[in-house]
Amino acid sequence: MSEPLLSIENVAVELPTPRGLLRAVDGVDLKVEAGRTLGVVGESGCGKTMLSRAILQLLPKRAALTGRVMLGGRDLARLPAEALRKLRGPELAVVFQDPMTSLNPVLTIGTQIVETLQVHLGLSSIAATKRGAELLAAVGIPAPEQRLRQYPHQLSGGMRQRVAIAIALSCEPKLLIADEPTTALDVTVQAQILDLLAREQQRRQMAMILITHDLGVVAGRTDEVAVMYAGRVVERAPTRQLFARMRMPYTEALLAAIPKLDTPPHTPLPAIAGRPPDPTRPLPGCSFAPRCRYADDACEAAKPPLADPEKAGGLYACWHPL
Amino acid sequence: MAAPKGAAPKGAAPKGAAPNGRRRLGPLFIVALGWIALIALAAIFANLLPLPSPTDMDLLGKRALPDAEHWLGNDQLGRDMLSRLIYGARISLTVGLLAPVIGVLVGGCLGMLAGYFRGPLETLTVGGVDVLLAFPPLVFALAVTTYLGQSVLNLTLVIGILGIPAFTRVSRAVTLSLTEREFVVAARALGATDARILLREILPNVALPLLAFFLLGVAVTIVVEGALSFLGLGVPPPAPSWGSMIGEGRESLDLAPWLAFLPAGVMFATVLAFNVVGDSLRALTDPRPGAL
Amino acid sequence: MSAPLLSVENLTVEYAVGGRSLFAVSDVSLHVDRGETLGLVGESGCGKSTLGRAVLQLRKPTGGKVLFDGTELTTLDAAAMRRMRKRLQLIFQDPIASLNPRRRIGDIIAEPLIIVGVTDKAKRDAKVREVMTAVGLDPDVAMDRLPHEFSGGQCQRICIARALILEPELVICDEPVSALDVSIRAQILNLLEEMKRRYGLTLLFIAHDLAVVKAVSDRIAVMYLGKLCEVGPTETVFARPAHPYTALLLEAIPVPDPTVRPMANIPIGEPPSPLAPPSGCRFRTRCPRADAQCAAQVPELRDTGGGRFAACHHPLTNA
Repeated sequence: MSEPLLSIENVAVELPTPRGLLRAVDGVDLKVEAGRTLGVVGESGCGKTMLSRAILQLLPKRAALTGRVMLGGRDLARLPAEALRKLRGPELAVVFQDPMTSLNPVLTIGTQIVETLQVHLGLSSIAATKRGAELLAAVGIPAPEQRLRQYPHQLSGGMRQRVAIAIALSCEPKLLIADEPTTALDVTVQAQILDLLAREQQRRQMAMILITHDLGVVAGRTDEVAVMYAGRVVERAPTRQLFARMRMPYTEALLAAIPKLDTPPHTPLPAIAGRPPDPTRPLPGCSFAPRCRYADDACEAAKPPLADPEKAGGLYACWHPL
Repeated sequence: MAAPKGAAPKGAAPKGAAPNGRRRLGPLFIVALGWIALIALAAIFANLLPLPSPTDMDLLGKRALPDAEHWLGNDQLGRDMLSRLIYGARISLTVGLLAPVIGVLVGGCLGMLAGYFRGPLETLTVGGVDVLLAFPPLVFALAVTTYLGQSVLNLTLVIGILGIPAFTRVSRAVTLSLTEREFVVAARALGATDARILLREILPNVALPLLAFFLLGVAVTIVVEGALSFLGLGVPPPAPSWGSMIGEGRESLDLAPWLAFLPAGVMFATVLAFNVVGDSLRALTDPRPGAL
Repeated sequence: MSAPLLSVENLTVEYAVGGRSLFAVSDVSLHVDRGETLGLVGESGCGKSTLGRAVLQLRKPTGGKVLFDGTELTTLDAAAMRRMRKRLQLIFQDPIASLNPRRRIGDIIAEPLIIVGVTDKAKRDAKVREVMTAVGLDPDVAMDRLPHEFSGGQCQRICIARALILEPELVICDEPVSALDVSIRAQILNLLEEMKRRYGLTLLFIAHDLAVVKAVSDRIAVMYLGKLCEVGPTETVFARPAHPYTALLLEAIPVPDPTVRPMANIPIGEPPSPLAPPSGCRFRTRCPRADAQCAAQVPELRDTGGGRFAACHHPLTNA
């Protein structure tokens, strides 16, 4: 097997808060190979965004990162700022949830794309403008030459997200991190944006990390899925295998809680009772135990390791797998 | 059916949350508050303090250096400096506190009404504020003191009225953003009257930003009062104010620089203290504890 | 059959945007029967929230009627409308934003009682406790806290408690779960269903997520650019959508099953600007079945049988 493009080893992120130390990410190991898509699924507060920030080295100043983030053989956490800056764009790019805030409102779309191209690829202004229009066309924006002269607020949410994707793709990154790229968008637009990301990922043989709270989003569009809960990866498996046989009760409960189109109206939903634990008060045992219907004393006593005891290719962290 | 019950006993925020979300204000805040309290107490109880009169002249002791009787020495007319500073604090603080009160009451109300009701009222208010801002403040001060005479009341009124536009703007801006918020729409949907919405939903949210701005206003007013008194438009002599003391001290800067620098230093420290307190309070304005 | 609790007739809501008028809601008629849940779906900007607010007279309609239990709301004076409000309540999308950050939970939930003039504090407290317990909050723990101390899901419970304390007849839920996590979303949907049974509510449930709407609605209405596309019993509409737009919405929902390939080609494009809606059928610019007739003629909402109505010249089914 080839060397993974990105390999995260035992990464933890701690943040000081008024209520105590918050362990947002708690010992996560992940690997992504070139040309593959990894889905990271979890509810808000599970640490998925902090994990993506840790990979991008965009953590808040007060956050403490431990562990290694290896991209193409280099540990990003130990790279000097200048080297890191050069990596962003050609190697590492990101698409955020809200394109309204990730684009600069006072600059035209053109300026923002052209600048990126000039800085990272050293293109002349004419060449960069031409390339910018090509990129906009590639992400499905009609009349790209005119769009270059527009400001972000003149575009719809879906169009802004396409622009953000075009900027992220402009330097042909090897790894694209899409952090909830469609959460702010309507369903019909969401489908288009996900298709676009999948198409570009295939075409460029990029590695992609698709972060979302929706199991439906990762189902048809990823090779592997990692489910996060309370800062840890609790289940990780190839997508088809995961959906065919979920081992971790949390993953199953998360899937069951989604309203299905084929159940009749007024069917009570199998909701997960309670709330995620307070991240500043870590539990000694399994973090999901208080909400888990299979939990017993063993679950409360010790944390289950993320392991693959049956050598089936899927990892899970549970004492009583399904 | 079963699901929501599970959430029930957990009721509220994490148990270990800091008691009442109290946040530390830091030593600088304490020092600033202490200084303001010291000045305020001295000013309030000036009559009771064993001080020489601030207006009695000791013509033999002009510009005298500090001694046991006059702790900070005398000014160029032989008046006790400490006493003048403390009595000056009375004027400076009275004007400094009362003028922004005018601003906060009139401007705060106008801004809230303009921001909440919008329409012609807002146009009128914004227009009025712009006119007031365009009016040269010194000309206004001159006109008032010329026609109505120099007094603490007139001085307070002048500075107070000049401060209205700033408070109106702050209050209107905060109200504008609040009026769009869903909890205000929710109150309307519940059938609350406009008066109730303004008092119960908007006012508590406007009050703290206004209070923080008020304290900064106090600081500015003390400086403005000083400047006006320095120009001779302030409190009529011989009553002392920090501004007039600096103005008088200026004449003997070469002989006794402390006559100007002492009141200037006290004014500086007081203004700084109000700014520090105002800034700390503004940081507290956000009801959420240091969000992630 | 008894008269519907809420009936909206030819409702139009117009905004002025930079001198032009934007028809957020354009000639919409629908009704909600007593005790039923009508789901109102559509993409953002389709006017579904504006419709909800126009029903409550929070946004004055420019035309048409809103009949609530036989009373025409659009012509009521301010005082009469305020009295009417205790029978109509609203739940918002963002539960945290719809709670005043500086007021205690107990006061927030008691506010409706104060507004309608319940002066007896003990009586108010008892009612607040009752409704808090009903929505799954512990009154002893929660009463004296501020909204920011609660999670989104719990804030939504508080909002529901506030909406229910006057025991209203109609509750308009404006995207009540779209800001919540999947696991919490299911809790809140279950709670709304339970509250509906317990208090005998009629719901107008506005959402953009068809699956969520399906879970709670008896009938659904689909809106596009300010107009209704399709209205009908939930099961029928989901099983055999008549309007191509409904079909598109259904196909766009991501299915949590990797063996189902995501729809290969969702028609490219997004809703056109409501400032310049297309002539004829507003959906024609994205519709695979559009022809010259669709551009020329506005399709009327027609009865296609079985309590179902569709506004399309070329409906997908005639069932």
